[in-house]
Amino acid sequence: MKIEELNAIRDKMKNQVTLRAEDPDSTKVLVAMGTCGIAAGARDVLTAFADGVAENNIEKVMVSQTGCIGNCQLEPIVEILEKGKDKVTYVNMNADKAKEVIEKHLIGGQVVSEYTI
Amino acid sequence: MYRSHVLICGGTGCTSSGSAAIEKALVSEIEKNGLKEEVQVVKTGCFGLCALGPIMIVYPEGTFYSMVKVEDIPEIVEEHLLKGRVVTRLVYQETVTDNGIKSLQDTAFYKKQNRVALRNCGVINPENIDEYIGEGGYQALAKVLTEMSPDDVIQTILDSGLRGRGGGGFPTGMKWKLARNIVKDADQKYVCCNADEGDPGAFMDRSVLEGDPHVVLEAMAIAGYAIGATQGYIYVRAEYPIAVERLEIAIKQAREYGLLGNNIFGTDFSFDIGLRLGAGAFVCGEETALMTSIEGNRGEPRPRPPFPAEKGLFQKPTILNNVETYANIPQIILNGSDWFASMGTEKSKGTKVFALGGKIHNTGLVEVPMGTTLRTVIEEIGGGIPNGKKFKAAQTGGPSGGCIPAEHMDIPIDYDNLISIGSMMGSGGLIVMDEDNCMVDIAKFFLEFTVDESCGKCTPCRIGTKRMYEMLDKITRGQGTLEDIDKLEELCYYIKQNSLCGLGQTAPNPVLSTLRYFRDEYVAHVVDKKCPAGVCKHLLSFEIDPEKCKGCTLCSRVCPAGAISGAVKTPHVIDKDKCLKCGACIEKCKFGAISKK
Ligand SMILES: Cc1cc2nc3c(=O)[nH]c(=O)nc-3n(C[C@H](O)[C@H](O)[C@H](O)COP(=O)(O)O)c2cc1C
Ligand code: SF4
Ligand code: SF4
Ligand code: FES
Ligand code: FES
Repeated sequence: MKIEELNAIRDKMKNQVTLRAEDPDSTKVLVAMGTCGIAAGARDVLTAFADGVAENNIEKVMVSQTGCIGNCQLEPIVEILEKGKDKVTYVNMNADKAKEVIEKHLIGGQVVSEYTI
Repeated sequence: MYRSHVLICGGTGCTSSGSAAIEKALVSEIEKNGLKEEVQVVKTGCFGLCALGPIMIVYPEGTFYSMVKVEDIPEIVEEHLLKGRVVTRLVYQETVTDNGIKSLQDTAFYKKQNRVALRNCGVINPENIDEYIGEGGYQALAKVLTEMSPDDVIQTILDSGLRGRGGGGFPTGMKWKLARNIVKDADQKYVCCNADEGDPGAFMDRSVLEGDPHVVLEAMAIAGYAIGATQGYIYVRAEYPIAVERLEIAIKQAREYGLLGNNIFGTDFSFDIGLRLGAGAFVCGEETALMTSIEGNRGEPRPRPPFPAEKGLFQKPTILNNVETYANIPQIILNGSDWFASMGTEKSKGTKVFALGGKIHNTGLVEVPMGTTLRTVIEEIGGGIPNGKKFKAAQTGGPSGGCIPAEHMDIPIDYDNLISIGSMMGSGGLIVMDEDNCMVDIAKFFLEFTVDESCGKCTPCRIGTKRMYEMLDKITRGQGTLEDIDKLEELCYYIKQNSLCGLGQTAPNPVLSTLRYFRDEYVAHVVDKKCPAGVCKHLLSFEIDPEKCKGCTLCSRVCPAGAISGAVKTPHVIDKDKCLKCGACIEKCKFGAISKK
């Protein structure tokens, strides 16, 4: 093995293992996964966020789920909690909108206000 | 891409409480719920909280489930992994707060810890080399081989101030330097790892091997480069089957990647490692005995000098380091000696892992900076002593160490401080004792251990420890005299001075330190014929208080000796000649009528 190969494995695995390093400063993406959320397609949204964050190598973002928020007609709901900023709530999400939020909000730092409430 | 990782502990503690069945149930439930592509199950090594096992942590939230049962798995998978609702009922209750669930990292147990040697334990899958590499594994070896000379490596270790974690506290860099320079034209040298861990109550080395085996391999390769050796041996006790298996897997994977073997990273450095299993004799942890055992002979110590740095394994220059010592090496190389030296006290740098046990709330493994006080370890991290009992002493260093009484609780723990108060660091066993422990009995326990484990090669140890044990036994039976105590003490010094190896030289320590701090307890046994803590059976007498006894007859029914008599609803009486002092009656009596004195 060459050092370049070692580094390649390290970089490939990094996304994997950093999931287990809790960083209190990281931004949290919470997908509501109550029964209604799952019925409305929250699973696809969650997967889209998880994959998108990994593919784009976005650091300090943790994708997780919460339970039902109690707004079933607005599901799938996604909350983004960034340190020192107000909570942003996206509603009626789907996988495509998720990709857009990843690009504009998580990478670009701009809230996609047309999807919020 | 997995969005969630479920870590399940596969250390010895959790495996014995059933984590393998839980892992199986978890995998099948996850599959059933269609989460196979999203949730990864990772079997890790010990988290250090074995008493709470089987242990399971769900990331990215860091939710900590303790004492998990197979029946709980469907609920955890469906509620938590599928619907995102933590199953609060099953979560470790210390992490439950009014504002939701804290992560394990925020509990009192973890907060004051500083994990260097244990950094990957309970974090990575020890059977997957890629996970170790993902955490920066083998980067230190790469750095050493391509950017540093052997002398640079040794200087870095010297500057870091790292001292051996196997008990003696010898400066590691010094040991390497001697082995590098002492024999100029050696055709072969060896790097050995001491994973014998014989101290009863210690299991930190086991946890490192089970949770992060590659760190030991990487460190040994670095040591090999530093001293000029191409072959390493790990001497591990056969009673650690999980550790042995993980080491075998790790060595195989490292060879496949070319991280062990010839021309590592394309350099002209070659290094390989073999495993040697020990039968578990305590004396085989002593360095010369260990090497004799690797050579295929009976594990008996031999006189030093010559020291191993000059004539060690197969008469070749050899270094031997402890597992935990090695676990620090890659981090020192990567982060620098200043980083390491910034932790700890003036003469003891870095951190130390302790196995907390005995009368303490949080039993388990803790890693704290050197210089942390015993009070912090016991009261804050350990969560104090259960049942409102009073702290009496902490035993460190196992059969070679001694007791630290309450008056020294605020002393910063390091090698030299412990020695100055008559104990020693040892490998890191830390047993907490409360008012119900008899110090003479504790000393007797350790002496019984040494008598069993003495290899018998030299007389002071073989016969001396036996005599000591007999005297202690006599004292606990109430047959001792004040003169016996003096004779016992004299014998201690004699054995210390005249034994061949460390086993004999340190065997009297448990007696000397209890004599130093708890002599009054010894005196109570011989003069008053009493055991103040109520432990030594021969000095106890069980009595029923006729005022409190309601005559419920429970006690007489449990007494195995038929020593209790009395009619229903009249006070019962214990026949002292028949009583076996088993204590069964005390536990049964609902009225607190029975006492032992
Ligand atoms: C009786 C006896 C038992 C020992 N058992 C161990 C042991 O189980 N593990 C260990 O690392 N060192 C043990 N030691 C200490 C070793 O002899 C040796 O000092 C140590 O492994 C050196 O490594 P270090 O410098 O990294 O601590 C023992 C010593 C004696 C005298
Ligand atoms: S001191 Fe004890 S263990 Fe050591 S060589 Fe002598 S008899 Fe054996
Ligand atoms: S201590 Fe045991 S043997 Fe003695 S009286 Fe009680 S139950 Fe019987
Ligand atoms: S073996 Fe599981 S926490 Fe120690
Ligand atoms: S039988 Fe006497 S109090 Fe229990």
